[in-house]
Amino acid sequence: MTASIATSQTILVVGGGISGMTAALEAAECGKQVILVERNATLGGRTALLYRYFPKMCHPTCGMEINLRRIKANRNVRVMTMTEVLEVKGLRGDYTVKLKLSPRYVNSNCTACGECAKAVDAEIDNPYEYNLAKTSAAYLPHNMAYPMHYVIDPSIIGTSDADKAKSACRYDAIDLDMKEETVEIKAGAVVWATGWKPYDAARIQPYGYDRFDNVITSVEFERLANPHGPTGGKLLRPSDGKEARNIAFIQCAGSRDENHLRHCSRICCMASLKQTHYVREAYGDDAKSTIYYIDIRVIDRLEDFYQQVKKDPAVSFIKSKVAKIVEDKEGNLVLHGVDTEGYHRYATTHDLVVLAVGMEPETNGIKLPEDMLLDSSGFIEGSTLPEGAEGIYGAGAATSPLDVNRAAQSATAAALRAIQVVHKTSTVEGAR
Amino acid sequence: MSELNQKAVALYGNNFLKEVTERVEDGEWVSMCMQCGVCAGSCPLGPHWEHSPQKIFRMIMAGKRDEVLTSDSMWMCTSCYSCIVRCPRKLPITHIMHGLAHYANRLDVAPKGQPTRELARVFWNNLIKTGRVNELKFSLAVYFKDGFSQGIKNLLSMQVIALGLMKAKRLNPMEIIGGHKCKDVGGIQKMLAKAQEIEARRQIS
Repeated sequence: MTASIATSQTILVVGGGISGMTAALEAAECGKQVILVERNATLGGRTALLYRYFPKMCHPTCGMEINLRRIKANRNVRVMTMTEVLEVKGLRGDYTVKLKLSPRYVNSNCTACGECAKAVDAEIDNPYEYNLAKTSAAYLPHNMAYPMHYVIDPSIIGTSDADKAKSACRYDAIDLDMKEETVEIKAGAVVWATGWKPYDAARIQPYGYDRFDNVITSVEFERLANPHGPTGGKLLRPSDGKEARNIAFIQCAGSRDENHLRHCSRICCMASLKQTHYVREAYGDDAKSTIYYIDIRVIDRLEDFYQQVKKDPAVSFIKSKVAKIVEDKEGNLVLHGVDTEGYHRYATTHDLVVLAVGMEPETNGIKLPEDMLLDSSGFIEGSTLPEGAEGIYGAGAATSPLDVNRAAQSATAAALRAIQVVHKTSTVEGAR
Repeated sequence: MSELNQKAVALYGNNFLKEVTERVEDGEWVSMCMQCGVCAGSCPLGPHWEHSPQKIFRMIMAGKRDEVLTSDSMWMCTSCYSCIVRCPRKLPITHIMHGLAHYANRLDVAPKGQPTRELARVFWNNLIKTGRVNELKFSLAVYFKDGFSQGIKNLLSMQVIALGLMKAKRLNPMEIIGGHKCKDVGGIQKMLAKAQEIEARRQIS
């Protein structure tokens, strides 16, 4: 298997989120051979977990579906899920990459019928719901999963649950003897699109994310608003299931803070403005959203979206970084701080607090190729090699905090750079 | 207006931010403030003083020289460091507040009779005489700082504690004459004079 995918004209794309999928498709549709590796069991990354996109308020299902169709239709892309990059060695045009393949315990016979999930008793925290809900230990990541195959969580391997799943399967799709594998592939160029992760909100001590049930993050709020999410799209607070009508959004939760993330995460202002739409949709004129901010930073043409939200009487803006949050007996949250416009001291009660958490690059915490140059936040800035000698390119949110639109632009640019590398090596075999 | 203050005004005119940047300890940080307000919200004494650090920094940027230097807010800081811990730009806010207080004191424009300022002054004058704090003289000086009759009232209200301290040998009445001192008083005073000389070099002379 290793031999058949090894070629110096191959482009390796690391990360199967919106950036990785875009980079892989752009290169593949130009006729290049592409290997797209993804650590999780499905493509789609964090984009697939959003409820809606800004500014058009359309659903990610739509854009994802188009991309998945393109992938299915293109024989130049080879998708490897549950695969991590262990090591990248070599030079531009001639890389040897070591990949670790984790066992899914389900093979391609799977029809996603769901019988195994019904048979299994054990439950795990669902990582695709940011742990807000449980799921069966035999699970389909989400409705847009690609490949559309179930996964058996390694925690039940060797238990009777695993045998129950196997006997429930009518298609002989469950293979409990799958083992972890390490394979080596050759690639001429690498696109590094490992994306981002939400900043660990528990580290912002005064906001009490780890202590108060009703303090949640913006990515969790996306799940609450989603009809396929843990609450069926109702905005219910985690502590008591009560409808959250009076919601506070705290901007710069972790971002623009030397104690946490020193960069501006750029998307959080738009994300919170977008989320005020969810609140209005849920409750109409009964909705109340309050945005606590340092500055509203909506980029260029998105300013119009901000102006529209500003006109909504259900949304108020308070220019202040909240100093601390205190929980009252009913589980409501009292926000303390000083309003910069007039220096008024406030202590305001809300049903639910949504922390607009910053984007931390996923490059923090994974092993990277040695010649990758990172900025002070950990985003990929470029290469440590002299210009023209590099063959690994960052793409999407791995390079800078980007929204979906800009991530796709960045990925397309990275694909073009990678294509230029393999073009060169295809004429001069083994050069550089 | 003190001579130093006149010189400072002549030198910097309306540019108070520049004056603070160059003359106040850690003052160069002030222009880094982005007015998020987390210091004001975090200050445990916040509701009890007029100008929060956030407000003071904005006033400096706006050139409100007299209002800043005569404010009593810097003198209210208890150095709890909550603001420094939470400041997203890592401004040494506590130190800046003390730097401003020191500068206002030096120019002799700090609020007259402000209790914490008076306490600091009495403490300092007491300490530099012998190199040791004479607690008896220090307490008396604090009690009588607002006049003789108030001093007597203060004394009477504290007499039970004073007698208790004496009984426990924590307060020596003989300290009223001279009192204990460090081994080399002259050396301490020379050291302080040198420190003042170095400080004066940084300041407007």
